[in-house]
Amino acid sequence: MNMTMPIQTPQRAFAVGAPILELDSISLRFGGVKALTNISFNVLEHEIRAIIGPNGAGKSSMLNVINGVYVPQEGSIRFQGERLAAMTPTRAARMGIARTFQNIALFRGMSVLDNIMAGRTLHMHANFLEVAFRLPRARREETEAREKAEEIIEFLEIEHIRKTPVARLPYGLKKRVELGRALAAEPRILLLDEPMAGMNVEEKQDMCRFIIDVNDHYGTTIVLIEHDMGVVMDLSDRVVVLDYGKKIGDGTPAEVRANQDVINAYLGVAH
Amino acid sequence: MFYREAGQFHTSYAQDTQLFPLRQDRVGMAITLLAAFALPAVANDYWLSAILIPWLILALVALGQNILMGYAGQLSLGSAGFMAVGAFACYNFILRIDGIPFVLAVLLSGVCAAIIGIVFGLPSLRIRGLYLAVATLASQFFIVWALDKFGWFKNYDTSGVITTQPIIIFGHNFATPAEKYWVVLVIVAVLTLLAKNLARGSVGRAWMAVRDMDVAAEVMGLSLLRTKLQAFAISSFYCGVGGALFAFAYLQTVEPSAFTIDLSFRILFMVIIGGLGTIMGSFLGAAFILLIPVFLNIVFHAAFGHHVDSTLTSALEQVIFGATIIAFLILEPLGLARLWQLTKERLRLWPFSH
Repeated sequence: MNMTMPIQTPQRAFAVGAPILELDSISLRFGGVKALTNISFNVLEHEIRAIIGPNGAGKSSMLNVINGVYVPQEGSIRFQGERLAAMTPTRAARMGIARTFQNIALFRGMSVLDNIMAGRTLHMHANFLEVAFRLPRARREETEAREKAEEIIEFLEIEHIRKTPVARLPYGLKKRVELGRALAAEPRILLLDEPMAGMNVEEKQDMCRFIIDVNDHYGTTIVLIEHDMGVVMDLSDRVVVLDYGKKIGDGTPAEVRANQDVINAYLGVAH
Repeated sequence: MFYREAGQFHTSYAQDTQLFPLRQDRVGMAITLLAAFALPAVANDYWLSAILIPWLILALVALGQNILMGYAGQLSLGSAGFMAVGAFACYNFILRIDGIPFVLAVLLSGVCAAIIGIVFGLPSLRIRGLYLAVATLASQFFIVWALDKFGWFKNYDTSGVITTQPIIIFGHNFATPAEKYWVVLVIVAVLTLLAKNLARGSVGRAWMAVRDMDVAAEVMGLSLLRTKLQAFAISSFYCGVGGALFAFAYLQTVEPSAFTIDLSFRILFMVIIGGLGTIMGSFLGAAFILLIPVFLNIVFHAAFGHHVDSTLTSALEQVIFGATIIAFLILEPLGLARLWQLTKERLRLWPFSH
């Protein structure tokens, strides 16, 4: 897919709606190191929200706070207006938050199909006895999981590597499989940690297209971290800019681009 | 294999996810099972009771160890301890509960082992890798010690040894080697099928997810606690059932010291040589560890039986056995099951190389 295309389709299947996720005055410290200081922003349903910033700005920490890997010392998270005391990874998953990782975190001993089916953990309710004896519920869930996985495989155009062990795949495809595994959970919010890091231009274009398609086709709200400014500006509805753990900008790509603090952070400033 | 999937189309996912999607594999498996049942017709008692029965039983235990180590990625060194639990639990169930069916007693022994497995699996939530292996060693020593220390487990037998009761199923006494072999074969075959179903279903995927990348597994909603303890429980269940069969169908006079760390290591080797994370590897590995010494013994006996001192030949056997293990691990670190798979893939293309 190396064509130039208008990336943002004017007519969206799912119009951007009310805030689904609200972060209020989040502060996170590791000992004396302040990773995040007093950060507030929200994510609207069905939008593509980007988090950008220089290295070490706290972007990944922000994602880790959202899905409960890190617990912030201060601040609160609201999901659909409901205030959550402490988020845990399992709880986040149950609320419909899925994610991919900056360094690929696939299950390397398993095939592409198994990886994607494993992503449906929360939709599998049969207990081990039902699975061992292949009782009706286990069989039905297995077939459902397979159907859903095949739908995602088709969506991401990876039919040809369906049964390949993921360890054998090239980097770009691994990233795509990881996206597929996150999609298998049928998430409401998808957190993507540098989905395009280390990719060539063509792979980036493919990945952009898939992200937009996911947003358009499933209506999934997307929060993504990205370094490539061109990609961020084309892809996202709104952008949060972090620098040294503080929020220095928030708004549409055009607003953020015009923000003096952001320009300073990215281009440096004469003292 | 010499056959290919050409012409066999699956039109539903249910068809595609069956155990043996290829007709040839189904026929092959049916023939293998039939042959296994018919085997006592040609095998003599020595082969049945000294080789086939222990092979099947130890393959079952290796399968249990493989569930924990190969699928769930939790290094454990306690398999012989859990076998001991199974063996003594089965003895006590039959001794103390009048008229309990043998198969039920065996299954309950597995459950006992599973419960103890869960207890000794708890450290896995905090520690991993070699450290976990060391922690599970505690179970090995503790169980054997407890069985030795408390006479109740052995019904206060003064010799410290128990003699297992006869295997009676539906009123029939399974006493001859062939009959015992059938009992073991049926139990092992059924449990293997169940293990295969677990491994290829959602449970197996959860185990492998925890093994390969626990952070990602947790983020997608898997409970690490539940998944790991479940693996410990099911693995110990298999070890326990294996232990009960080991006692009743093979040893018959049992003392706790039959289940030492030595046996645990042998089972560990079976799993590693057979292939981590494969069902078939457990059987191949058990065969390898059991049969190579027997084979070497026969060869050496035939070669220098009367000319060389027997202590020398038995030492030589050990040396060659060790060397074979090393050679195999260098040749194929992923085990015999992988070797078998590669052979199949090559045969599929034969006589062409691509």
